[in-house]
Amino acid sequence: MIRFNLNSKPVEIDVDPNMPLLWALRDILGMTGTKFGCGMAQCGACTVHLDGQPIRSCVMPLSAIADKEVSTIEGLSASAEHPVQQAWLEHNVPQCGYCQSGQIMSAVALLNEHPDPDDETIDSYMQGNICRCGTYPRIKAAIKTAAKNKQSAFDYSLGKEVGGQA
Amino acid sequence: MSTNNDIKSLSRRDFLRYTSVAGGAFVLGTILPGVSPVWAASETDDSSNTLNLFVSIDNNGTVNIVCHRSEMGQGVRTGIPQIVAEELCADWTKVNVVQGLGDEAYGSQNTDGSRSIRRFYTTMREMGATARTMLEQAAAQKWNVPVSDVFADNGMIVHKPSGKTLGFGELAKAASAQHVPQVKTLTFKSPKDFKLIGKPVTSVDLPNVLTGDTVFGQDVQLEDMLYATIERCPVVGCTVKAYDKDAPLKVANVVEVIEMPKQHFPVLFKNLNGVAVLANNTWSALQGRQALNMQWDLGENQRHDSAAYLADLEKRIVTKGKSIRSAGDAYTAFDSANNTLSATYTVPYLVHAPMEPPAATAVFKNGQCEVWACTQTPQSTQQNVAGALGIDKSMVKVNVTLLGGGFGRKSKPDFSVEAAILAQKTGKPVKVVWSREDDIRHGYYHAISAQHFQAGLDDSGKVTSWVQRTAFPSISWTFTGTTDEPQTGELSLGFGDLPFAIENLSCEVHKAPAHVRIGWIRSVSNIQHGFAIGSFVDEVATKAGISTSDMWLNLIGEDRIVDPKTQGFQYENYGESYDNFPIETKRLKNVLNMLLAKSGANNSTSENEGWGISVHRSFVSYVAVATKVKVENDKVTVLEMHSVIDAGRVVNPDRVKSQQEGAMIFGLSIALMGEITIKEGAIEQSNYHDYTVLRMHQSPKIVTHIVESDAAPGGVGEPGVPPVAASVTNAIYHASGKRIRALPINKHYSV
Ligand code: FES
Ligand code: FES
Repeated sequence: MIRFNLNSKPVEIDVDPNMPLLWALRDILGMTGTKFGCGMAQCGACTVHLDGQPIRSCVMPLSAIADKEVSTIEGLSASAEHPVQQAWLEHNVPQCGYCQSGQIMSAVALLNEHPDPDDETIDSYMQGNICRCGTYPRIKAAIKTAAKNKQSAFDYSLGKEVGGQA
Repeated sequence: MSTNNDIKSLSRRDFLRYTSVAGGAFVLGTILPGVSPVWAASETDDSSNTLNLFVSIDNNGTVNIVCHRSEMGQGVRTGIPQIVAEELCADWTKVNVVQGLGDEAYGSQNTDGSRSIRRFYTTMREMGATARTMLEQAAAQKWNVPVSDVFADNGMIVHKPSGKTLGFGELAKAASAQHVPQVKTLTFKSPKDFKLIGKPVTSVDLPNVLTGDTVFGQDVQLEDMLYATIERCPVVGCTVKAYDKDAPLKVANVVEVIEMPKQHFPVLFKNLNGVAVLANNTWSALQGRQALNMQWDLGENQRHDSAAYLADLEKRIVTKGKSIRSAGDAYTAFDSANNTLSATYTVPYLVHAPMEPPAATAVFKNGQCEVWACTQTPQSTQQNVAGALGIDKSMVKVNVTLLGGGFGRKSKPDFSVEAAILAQKTGKPVKVVWSREDDIRHGYYHAISAQHFQAGLDDSGKVTSWVQRTAFPSISWTFTGTTDEPQTGELSLGFGDLPFAIENLSCEVHKAPAHVRIGWIRSVSNIQHGFAIGSFVDEVATKAGISTSDMWLNLIGEDRIVDPKTQGFQYENYGESYDNFPIETKRLKNVLNMLLAKSGANNSTSENEGWGISVHRSFVSYVAVATKVKVENDKVTVLEMHSVIDAGRVVNPDRVKSQQEGAMIFGLSIALMGEITIKEGAIEQSNYHDYTVLRMHQSPKIVTHIVESDAAPGGVGEPGVPPVAASVTNAIYHASGKRIRALPINKHYSV
């Protein structure tokens, strides 16, 4: 039995501890917002946060996340009011949308670490996230917008506005 | 406007049949023109005379508009409703997009060939105008006023003199009882009054994408569903010799091991030979698969080696081939030319690698099969699934999910066929999950190719002779198992339609047998033809000592319509009539001139930097691309890209822009790093680490310009790709003096 917190709620699952978190999320817990793109930490489609740090869930065995906090795209904010989601909306970023959960989760982590990233920082932080549709220019622009709009007190990792409602 | 008089008022039940969604009080249906594209040659004849486009209005005012095409990032689920809603004067916030099921009643649903908007623009406007007129009639009747006194606005009918209004919902029932107006009596909005067409309306699926609340093919989950993964033959045509059936079953949660039905050539969209492992989750299925210990009979194609194959093509392509279009006497003119040059260009095999690997889910019950799949071609899915199961296609229902990218891969229904076979064999819902490795190794590949060009110039630098040859395995082989040379449909993609005014011309083909499944990938044979022509024009310009843009303008010649048929080539023109969509040299030159003006590509650059340009017409649209690169320390950095597209009237400029950005990046991936190689018949690459695609740090600044035009809408998804590769290699030449004729660029430089 493996226990962890998923988007601030405790969960318990009884599966092979070698199973990567990605498959547990998708197949066992039915949380399909986190996508499968490569299975070997090459594309970033499966990016989630583990204790606030971005990880590739396709190579993260369940045994390694016991008792930790996992945040997925579903936990970011239900109605897309997180500043990163808002910036994505403003720039009309997605094409097919498949890579975008991973892109958004990486961007949130990036802005947590570097509140005002320059091009180079964005490039190096985001290069693990492939977008085959080619939305890179818009992702970059949206990250900058989010950084600009972020002056308000916003806890990126949890998607909760301090003093406001979740 | 066309003379389509077949818009009909319908029952809710009709709506249900084609969409799985109950219709509103007011339902209209009409016929869409059916068409089969050349690159889907084996598809069924899609033409059908049943009603196939629907609009329905609920009592609460919701306007449901059916999108019968597949969404894969190009914005079609937004673009199609935008057009209907425009003429309907609907309130966009009350528009609900309903995905059509796979049904031949829709006419062609093949979402490829960049045709969705081009094909249906007129019909969709008629549909909207018809519904609007019937709502107006209903309101006039209710108020007992002349129809001329009422008009539609933002989801309401307004009585002009009094200002009173009735919502569409309140009128839905009465509208359905109205007489359907003749198309010729309809009035249409003037483009200057458009509120939706030509506006950057936000994609209807966007909010869900941002919260992860989307269902792609990989995301489908049904109760009691089994997850299947299939070990497929590494060489096309090879068969299963032996495997360990028991070992996978020892893995926890693995429930079945099933050998796939043995198939023979032609490959079509049949399953590949292999063995499926089914489990209660994907991970266990993948674990079980590793224990199969497969033994294969590899068969003939194990002798295929892509490097040796390409070397052979390069050897033959310099010799005279079979002529498919000619003018004058290119050879005599070449021999008597003052100045000559020749060059051979090659492009390797490519694979689509959409972010979402293929996936399909199927249930088989009581002789009927229901499929959920990320498919570009629901009808082909329906037909191929029916064929594989031995049932009538009316017994197959196909639900189209969102597509995590398609690029042509998902118009091949092989993965749905696999799911259906396993659902039939197990009696349970089965999802076939393709891994990335499966996707890279078992694709329908863009053909490996060689092109040879030679030109003769007179002493004024004018080109007097032009010979071009191409050779690549044909898509048709996938369907016939025997075709061994490029076909007219493929030669119509940027080769036989050469738009140049040259007195002595010879376009030729060489044989090229196929050894892997050959398919169509975003812009198809335009990829190699655009690369070769765009490169050779640059080389000829250098030889003549003039700018590349001037050479383009010289070669294209004066304003005229180019008709390749007059020189013996049966040009297919993307399935469009030549009257409506001719090759117009004026538009080609216009995108080029606009590009030069906007990008500054003819300006001088710093040392080690250079601009490259190219221009190409495909999918009846015109695109010019300029790329600026820096070459330093054996490394190529792409600094910026500009493109100009003339796609006629544009429905959603923001989505056209995003498609252009995507096309630049797709084209850059091909140019810089796209390469599939084959040894002993098997694909050598397996995942994104060795089949690399462009990443953010390699993605340059991209600027898109859209030509404002009233011309009929052309294709948008694909035409941006063909000029990209040549613009990059030309830029590298101008920056460094090194000419790259064999793609990808990362074989010559680091990128
Ligand atoms: S699926 Fe995990 S990085 Fe690609
Ligand atoms: S939006 Fe399609 S892969 Fe990124």
